[in-house]
Amino acid sequence: MRTLLKLTWVELKLFAREPITVIFTLALPLMFLFVMGEVFGRNPADPDVFRGVGAMDYYTPAYIGLVLAAIGVIALPAHLASYRERGMLRRLRASSVLVWSVLGSQVLVTFVIAVLCTALLFFAAMLAYDVQVPRSAILLVAAFVLSTLSFAALGVLLGAVLPTARAAQGVGILLFFAMLFLSGTAPPREVMTQTMQWVGEAMPLWHVVTLLQDPWLGFGWNTVEFLVVAGVMVAAGAISVRAFRWE
Amino acid sequence: MMKHVIEVERLRKTYGSTVAVDDVSLEVIGGEVFGLLGPNGAGKTTTVECLQGLRRPNGGRVRVLGLDPGSQARALRRRIGSQLQQSALPDRIRVWEALDLFASFSANASDWRTLMEQWGLAEKRTAPFSSLSGGQRQRLFVALALVNSPELVFLDEMTTGLDPAARRVAWDLVRAVRDRGTTVVLVTHFMDEAEQLCDRVAIMDRGRVVALNTPQGLITAYANQVRVVFSTEHADLSWLKETPHVRGVTRHGPRVEVEGSGPVLATVAAALVNHGITPSDLRVEQPTLEDVFLTVTGHGLRV
Repeated sequence: MRTLLKLTWVELKLFAREPITVIFTLALPLMFLFVMGEVFGRNPADPDVFRGVGAMDYYTPAYIGLVLAAIGVIALPAHLASYRERGMLRRLRASSVLVWSVLGSQVLVTFVIAVLCTALLFFAAMLAYDVQVPRSAILLVAAFVLSTLSFAALGVLLGAVLPTARAAQGVGILLFFAMLFLSGTAPPREVMTQTMQWVGEAMPLWHVVTLLQDPWLGFGWNTVEFLVVAGVMVAAGAISVRAFRWE
Repeated sequence: MMKHVIEVERLRKTYGSTVAVDDVSLEVIGGEVFGLLGPNGAGKTTTVECLQGLRRPNGGRVRVLGLDPGSQARALRRRIGSQLQQSALPDRIRVWEALDLFASFSANASDWRTLMEQWGLAEKRTAPFSSLSGGQRQRLFVALALVNSPELVFLDEMTTGLDPAARRVAWDLVRAVRDRGTTVVLVTHFMDEAEQLCDRVAIMDRGRVVALNTPQGLITAYANQVRVVFSTEHADLSWLKETPHVRGVTRHGPRVEVEGSGPVLATVAAALVNHGITPSDLRVEQPTLEDVFLTVTGHGLRV
């Protein structure tokens, strides 16, 4: 337990010192928020687009999903892969650190960063665009926790499978932008072609966005998306524990 | 009766068709500095990695502190320290953070601040790892290896990248570690380091131990050739060849080199005085581990 907490604390400090992760997890979603907010933020709700709610009511939970995706597919895999590449994992193993502590600290770090970035996005959206207060805070928190764990598991899986930090960063950035454009986080889903929607639905961010939006916007709890996101978490977690290599 | 801290019998480790460790048997006695000396690729690092349970041997029996590194790796790693070769830290971790982190992994950690002082890292306390010089990194790795107060510590190429003055300091610190009762296994390809620092040395070549003894024992056994050197203008030295313990004499102008064994210095000195020659530069060149290495392997250090 002491090892886990210490490792988490050091990892948090290292995370904050890494410019590329700070840009992708913190700056990019905030930038989207303000760009989209300035373009669409003051339009009245239109029943044909943005699920019939105001643009920023739609985008704010979507960008929270985007933060989770950035940590899960960009920051975490590259970090784990670089640890393996430079022998840090070997060193931890030689110091009798358990695989659970290493992976657990990554999940905890993901969680803390996700909470901080989400709070920042939430208050920025509230202050700048007077976004709707979440209808069901409890269900939203449940959706947020599950989505965070799911992307953390996916990140650990990518970090376990991809051999080098370079490979992890390349694959991660490609996945991130594919998800960004096709999950309803950039163009709303209503304007996407059928093919774009199919591809988007094949990737986890689509489901995370719906899972977060539904309780926020008062559409209730989405059991189907819950099962998809939980399924990704369980599958990625199970595979990564098996696929994890120290060197 | 001294206790064996490490027992290795017929250790073998292959990577595909490459044999890294062929047939290694050795014992390390508690409280000594034990050296594994040999060229790159001799199998030294693979051997110590098997001893720490970081690699699984293909054959042989290994006991470290009475434990099997294969099945009891975790219990073992709590009691040993290791300065791993080619294992970096994250670029942005600070010196004190690394020491504090690795100290937190151990229940009986020593005070990392003291280690930081001892290994000359105090003024680099808040420096990120990426800004450290090769020597500073090396010292940090050794300090990390000692932070859990180990009974046994593995130092793999500890002084690589250190300047001569820093090497001497590191040697003194290793002696201090041993004097506190920690057994040290030192992997090195530096002859002088092994000779200066080790109580016993195993010379490894091509995956095998080719000789094992104290440095002096190895020299006596494999390189007892002593060279006596002096200068003289005296023309006829033919009688020198008949002097006891002398094997050969070579002359380059005034410089004379006498090859011999055992007490050759004394017999040559006596003979010179008897012939009225009293050179002021009479000296003896003792053989070193380098000579031993040449003899037992048939080749020099290939680096």
